[in-house]
Amino acid sequence: MLEFDCSLRQGHFSLEVAFSAPSPGVTALFGRSGAGKSTVVSLLSGLLAAARGRIVLEGTVLFDSAAGVNVPAEHRAVGCVFQDARLFPHLDVRHNLEYGLRRVRGRQAPIRFDAVVDLLGLAALLARRIRELSGGERQRVALGRALLAQPRLLLLDEPLASLDAERRDEVLPYLERLREQLGIPIVYVSHDFDEVLRLAEHLVLLDRGRIVASGPLREMCLSEELHAIVGASVIGSVLEGIADRIDAAERLATIRCDELSLRVALAQIEPGSRVRLYVPADDVLIALEPPRHVSARNILSVEITRLEILNGSVLVHLAVAGTTLLARITHSAVRELDLKAGKRCFALVKAVAAQGRRFDRRAVGP
Amino acid sequence: MFTPDEWQALRISLEVAARSVALSLPFAIAVAWLLARRPFFGRTLLDAAFHLPLVLPPVVVGYFLLLIFGSRGPIGAWLSEHFGLRLVFTTSGAALATAVMSFPLVVRAIRLSMENIDPGLEAAARTLGARGWDRFFSITLPLSLPGILAGGIVAFSASLGEFGAVITFVSNIPGETRTLSLALYTAIQTPDGDVAAVRIAALSVSLGLAGLLLSEWLARFARRRLGP
Repeated sequence: MLEFDCSLRQGHFSLEVAFSAPSPGVTALFGRSGAGKSTVVSLLSGLLAAARGRIVLEGTVLFDSAAGVNVPAEHRAVGCVFQDARLFPHLDVRHNLEYGLRRVRGRQAPIRFDAVVDLLGLAALLARRIRELSGGERQRVALGRALLAQPRLLLLDEPLASLDAERRDEVLPYLERLREQLGIPIVYVSHDFDEVLRLAEHLVLLDRGRIVASGPLREMCLSEELHAIVGASVIGSVLEGIADRIDAAERLATIRCDELSLRVALAQIEPGSRVRLYVPADDVLIALEPPRHVSARNILSVEITRLEILNGSVLVHLAVAGTTLLARITHSAVRELDLKAGKRCFALVKAVAAQGRRFDRRAVGP
Repeated sequence: MFTPDEWQALRISLEVAARSVALSLPFAIAVAWLLARRPFFGRTLLDAAFHLPLVLPPVVVGYFLLLIFGSRGPIGAWLSEHFGLRLVFTTSGAALATAVMSFPLVVRAIRLSMENIDPGLEAAARTLGARGWDRFFSITLPLSLPGILAGGIVAFSASLGEFGAVITFVSNIPGETRTLSLALYTAIQTPDGDVAAVRIAALSVSLGLAGLLLSEWLARFARRRLGP
């Protein structure tokens, strides 16, 4: 568990942020640029000291302005991966990886060199010079270097922001594996909501140095504060469930989320795996009667709980079997169907629209 | 082809230059680091003080050295009393004079190199557990290598050519302080010394060429190691 409560003033910018992050788990700091995300990371790593506040990691006080405690960065065991990788250009990949490992002094080193090389696919790169690496490879080496320093907290400060889409897709699976296997809290800073959807379990929403909202990602996806920050096209609901039945021939999986069963186009998955589903609000249709002869694989009986006015459109919150789906529709549709809170209707969700990904946590290590 | 005296002048030149580099580099690295990385009160003043030898006539620098490091100067007397080290009229003194003269150039080369190091790399090293000196020796120093090499080469070549400060501080003693420059000066002053002067000048030119080639090779080596 990480507890953070700090305030700071830098010129015209003031920061006042308090949140806690579970461990293990990925907590995303999300917000526009200039929201103060990187400042929070600097405070956590010890590269910057807050004017007032307290940071406690697994019961150890890292910073406490009242008690005059400020553990220096080199003693915090807080691993950092920066947007620009910051690999040491005069060392090859192997020596970059070993840099932190050699300085572990006195603490245990349960994260082994070979395991990290294996996890991040670095075996072929070990003898390379840094300038010979691609952007994606650099970030993987930076990740490995941070892990081998045996961190008690891992900070990922926009690790994918400087990469093009192709390189991002090359690194993301490694981050997902990391999330599954690492037993320490991870703080993930991003302004890309897609990355947050793939990795985060908790979301802290920052704007102009303040926390606007925070909580489990599932709940946060329904919050108006988030909808005000992200583009309307990425608004959607997140469901978590278990893969129930897999029809490999039809490439359809049935995912059970509490009482709700959804059929989604998802083939490569074993029954029983935990799955996170993301259902974009733009891909949910509303009908007053159950339609017949329709291609959508899911027709759900739902109840409207809320109409949220967005800029130019309406976000309809639909309660179904203990969870909430979002549908973004026009004002004219709302008028024509006479939609209002409390009304029962049907939600149509295409199997190919719901994006499913395995979301397991296999090992809960030290 | 060359007389024993001329060979001796060459040897003294090289020895003075080498000792001068060895003497100035550690101090220059420390000063460059202070100026590049540590904002402190009086930094501008210190910066200006170290640049003085660049703007003062070398004879003035030599005279000051004589006042401070001479047998009766405050530091000179202390050195000779505690270490039996005499600087006036010795090769060591010549090395000190050339080191002082080239110091600003050396500091400047190293400082530029240090200022070019991304402070983010040092911050990254901190988060990986590297403390102060460890961080300096494992990151800052190796990354300043191009500047240190350049500074060393500048110091070496400046030492070969230094005249005014050397002759003022340690005089022109054959076998002790008579470097190539001083030997050339002596030859010019001597009647019928023309041929000797040409030979010494030729020696200086070849030495300079060799130095340039070496520095080019070192720079290439540093580039290869550090690359963009």
